[in-house]
Amino acid sequence: MIRLDKVTKLYRGGREALREVSLDIGPGEMIFLTGHSGAGKSTILKLLALVERPTHGQLLVDGRNIGRLPAREIPAYRRQIGMVFQDHKLLDGRSAFDNVALPLVIAGLTRREIEKRVRAALDQVGLLDKERQAPRTLSAGEQQRVGIARAVVARPRLLIADEPTGNLDAELSLEIMQLFRRFNDVGVTMVIATHDLVLAGRVGGRHVLLNHGQVQDGGAAPATPAQCSTGQA
Amino acid sequence: MGTFLTRHLQNALAALGQLSRQPVATLLTVGVIGIALALPASLQLLVQGGQRFAGGWSGIRDFSVYLKPGTDLAVARNLARALASHPNVQDTRLIEADAALAEFGRDPAFGEALKALKSNPLPHTLVVRPDAEAAPADLDALKAELAAKPEVDLVQLDTQWLLRLAAILDLVRRGIWIAAVVLVAAVIFIVGNTIRLDIQNRRQEIEVSKLLGATDAFVRRPFLYIGFWYGMLGGAVALLLLASVLLLLRGPLERLLQLYSVDFTGFGLSPGTALLVLGAGLVSGWAGAWLAVGRHLSAIEPQV
Repeated sequence: MIRLDKVTKLYRGGREALREVSLDIGPGEMIFLTGHSGAGKSTILKLLALVERPTHGQLLVDGRNIGRLPAREIPAYRRQIGMVFQDHKLLDGRSAFDNVALPLVIAGLTRREIEKRVRAALDQVGLLDKERQAPRTLSAGEQQRVGIARAVVARPRLLIADEPTGNLDAELSLEIMQLFRRFNDVGVTMVIATHDLVLAGRVGGRHVLLNHGQVQDGGAAPATPAQCSTGQA
Repeated sequence: MGTFLTRHLQNALAALGQLSRQPVATLLTVGVIGIALALPASLQLLVQGGQRFAGGWSGIRDFSVYLKPGTDLAVARNLARALASHPNVQDTRLIEADAALAEFGRDPAFGEALKALKSNPLPHTLVVRPDAEAAPADLDALKAELAAKPEVDLVQLDTQWLLRLAAILDLVRRGIWIAAVVLVAAVIFIVGNTIRLDIQNRRQEIEVSKLLGATDAFVRRPFLYIGFWYGMLGGAVALLLLASVLLLLRGPLERLLQLYSVDFTGFGLSPGTALLVLGAGLVSGWAGAWLAVGRHLSAIEPQV
């Protein structure tokens, strides 16, 4: 589904965030990008979100080289993927419901359809009873769950998450990861960047270890027994 | 098409809702726009009134014919009678020197000064009303003919000041257009700046929307509608201001125009002017929004 082919990313100022990274991610996989900070985890997610473009190499999603996608096609591309952020990026002036509804409003769905889908998404993250509340009145874990509901409400095939548990304690983190597992179980491809190796180890999936902008371990196509634990083998 | 219209309607209402959530700021902006739009429009009304005034008088083209001092009263009367039968003259009226002096004497401002005079300094004066059909060339000929008479000292066209007034009004009207252009530009900048601040305040919302796949058009639309409402409401405020100004001026203006027997009916805010004010508001509000959106929205790209 996703293929990085010798992708190099140079930031302005010359810092090399990725150096000839090659990585294959199959449909329905659950990938943990791990490594120390600055290893290039976030850069890969930024490339996938088209917030950044690769300097060299090809980034293929569903066979399309999105590294060269024209700017006017970026919105339509982004609507196909779900994104979860460490700081969840919820809008404080709006209720949990309206936050989750935003991707569907952008997609231009009817009000009826929006209400149905938002309630379903909030139900999946266990927050149906809090749809009227503003994000800041919710706990940190609840806020992140609203963010996840927003990421999945448009039923994307790919979900990317950048340090989704960075602000949460161990128990809440596991809760979030288990939530991700449930979405993965119904076929959503997941790419999650985390520095929390212990947590990632408890959840399973394929681990890709990055070090100084290069893949140190786990970059090969899935063939290891570890894959079985994701239920995708 | 149906959903397209529905979505625009939703956007328009949402923008109105957003404005109503910050009533003081909205009122200030709308008020400034209203004043800026009302200014040229009220000047236009003033000119319109002036034109009516000048126009109401253009039918009256009386000559004042001053006879040489010392001209005999009988000669003056003969002249008046002779002129009355002139083909281009409708009517003549003789103001005798003594009658004129007596009239001046009734004015307390002149009374004392006139008593000091040993003799009457005023000449006999003929007021000649030309035929209503007479062409300007006939009037010039008549004026020359009158001036050529030996007993005539000076021929004055009373309506000359009206011609000057008309010329001044023309000038003022052009000035109003210039002022209107400048003030509409001001409205564009006011709306542009207000929306620039609005874009800054909603930066996070814009970033998140873009991350979630919002197109530029989607992000732009609410701001364009805010500009639309600013212009629309500003135009409405301008009309309200104009209506109040007219209400305040109507009484005195009516009296003034009646004194000069000028027809007052139909004076006021014409539907055309009202539409023009509203239209100017709308267009400048929208244009200001476009300006701000074009300059500042593209600068916001999401950072993760």
